[in-house]
Amino acid sequence: MTETTIKSDIIKPENLVYKKTDLMTDKVLSYCPGCGHGTTHRIVMEVIEEMGLMEDTIGIAPVGCSVLAYEFMNVDMQQAAHGRAPALATAVKRLMPHKTVFTYQGDGDLAAIGTAETIHAANRGENITIIFINNGIYGMTGGQMAPTTLPGMKSSTSPYGRDLDMMGHPLKITELVAQLPGTHFVTRQAVHTPANVRKTKKAIRKAFELQQQKVGMTFIEVVSNCNSGWKMTPVQANQWMVENMFPFYPLGDIKVDGEILKNN
Amino acid sequence: MAKVKGDIVVDIERCKGCEVCIDTCPTQTIAMVDAVNGKGYHYMQNVNDACTGCTNCAIVCPDGVITVYRVKV
Repeated sequence: MTETTIKSDIIKPENLVYKKTDLMTDKVLSYCPGCGHGTTHRIVMEVIEEMGLMEDTIGIAPVGCSVLAYEFMNVDMQQAAHGRAPALATAVKRLMPHKTVFTYQGDGDLAAIGTAETIHAANRGENITIIFINNGIYGMTGGQMAPTTLPGMKSSTSPYGRDLDMMGHPLKITELVAQLPGTHFVTRQAVHTPANVRKTKKAIRKAFELQQQKVGMTFIEVVSNCNSGWKMTPVQANQWMVENMFPFYPLGDIKVDGEILKNN
Repeated sequence: MAKVKGDIVVDIERCKGCEVCIDTCPTQTIAMVDAVNGKGYHYMQNVNDACTGCTNCAIVCPDGVITVYRVKV
């Protein structure tokens, strides 16, 4: 690590309070500056490290920006065909029921091409954890309109904003899977502020603990930014996300202990 | 009240200059610098001694470039 400050008395190993977890490899992340993927990767790995599951976890990487997640997460990983991560996770979990299995998917992967796999895996109540990053756009391919794009939101294939008459309504897949009896814990979080990062980390930990109790699928949506797809700076993108994404995708738990909360 | 002092170490070559951390600092200890790293990004750096080691910047950093130390004085 490049050390840039003069070593003061404070910088000693016994005073260390926070460093990047060793379960993240030293590879430089391939994500754009300010992308929520990096934060989410790190907190998933922190939870796995804190729970001591590094040798008993198998992650499933999707297709999309996070297709190279297996390069960054220092646990056993598989890479699935586009949208098929829940199907692959089902197979892995059934063959090795003692392993903690999670999929890490974006909205183009989970809510577009993989809708069938997501819904059927949730309906079967597979004991897997799905971590779903929703930025309302196909970030990897150049910011095209996705099923999760907000009404009126501009993207490279909807330059005048999403027209609901022509392009249909956005898909709230998290609310959709919460309706299914196979899911046990469904929540929506974000990672743009320290407080939200802590809440998301708690939710991921809860999901992994529930998975060990074999109660059904646990599903965590992380509303994230896509500053290059939205054509903004990272700070502006986070601000835009708070102002526009959160009213449509409100944060908070949607289903806890198999019961849908009343305000949803 | 026990006083707490902190310090951070930034891996400048991994910093992408996204500035997400700057607003999270309660003591305005960190700022972007004019210099650039090997990839051409401006990077963040601690600019004064007010750090309390709260870890906010490190927690929110997408690339995990910040290591935080804290000591009671």
